[in-house]
Amino acid sequence: MSLIYSLYVINKSGGLIYSRDFEPSAKLDLNDTLRLASIWHSLHAIASQLSPAPGCGGIELLQAESFDLHCLQAPTGTKFLLMVEPQCPQVTALLGRIYELYSDFVMKNPFYEVEQVIKCELFDEAVDLAVKRYPLMLLAAPQQALVLGPLGA
Amino acid sequence: MPPGPRPVPQLEQINAEIFTLTYGSIVRQLIADFEDLDEVNKQLEKMGYNIGVRLVDEFLAKSKQGRCSSFREAAEVVARQALPMFLNVSAAVTNWSADGTECSLVLTDNPLADFVELPDEYRSLRYSNLLPGVIRGGLEMVNMEVDCRFVQDMLKGADCYELRLRLKEHKDEQYPFKDDD
Repeated sequence: MSLIYSLYVINKSGGLIYSRDFEPSAKLDLNDTLRLASIWHSLHAIASQLSPAPGCGGIELLQAESFDLHCLQAPTGTKFLLMVEPQCPQVTALLGRIYELYSDFVMKNPFYEVEQVIKCELFDEAVDLAVKRYPLMLLAAPQQALVLGPLGA
Repeated sequence: MPPGPRPVPQLEQINAEIFTLTYGSIVRQLIADFEDLDEVNKQLEKMGYNIGVRLVDEFLAKSKQGRCSSFREAAEVVARQALPMFLNVSAAVTNWSADGTECSLVLTDNPLADFVELPDEYRSLRYSNLLPGVIRGGLEMVNMEVDCRFVQDMLKGADCYELRLRLKEHKDEQYPFKDDD
């Protein structure tokens, strides 16, 4: 049972360019994933325009009963989405890590075409490893993990 | 105001000579292929642009740099953070134009050209022209269209490298809500 359900990457025009599931029971089919990506892209844009707060950067977190959806938008417009178990801490740090991996294994791959679908095995492996190590990340930040203890139990 | 110098993230280091020599052989090969120095300058800039478009993500991911509020801040970040992170040199930002759309990045050291002596017949070659391309590509990805070019080159006898940076358009507001019409 993985705490992290799925990772999606959306390019700056709203197309899904990467999706990976870590929890077989939380898997969506491809059409739903594509739909989710483009709807999220639009909602994100609408939200940042509607927001009364100046300089709003869009939706960062959507909490639902059965999952949390965390979103990181890079300043270049690429969005990273993680579906995780409700109340997971430190997901922002994991998203930051995934952005780093993307800059290393995707953007530096000379055969990757910018803005196109990501098919990079090294990136897959690195992401898998980062997700596998996510529980260790929580241990490294003890106070937060302790707060979550009773909730997770 | 621009942030003070923040710690530069440590990247995996490689031998500087491998880098310098690789760059040198690329420039030689381009000269051999194109036989026209203006074309070589253009190609180097284009290669730099393609690098910048991709490299900017690495910079943003690893420096944890957020959105810059102004061109002035962006120029400082390029000079004080991006250049140290990737080239291990830093630059001074000077000569601001009155309207704040033009400035100079002044470098006193340039690892691309460590061992280079420019022969007279190559006077019109802008040897390090990759660099302005990288800056243009990188800034374009964060919605700033800039012109970037060398105005002073130590290989041509100047006492520093000076890159002139000119903001053409700042598309902050429209993006990413471009209306495709």
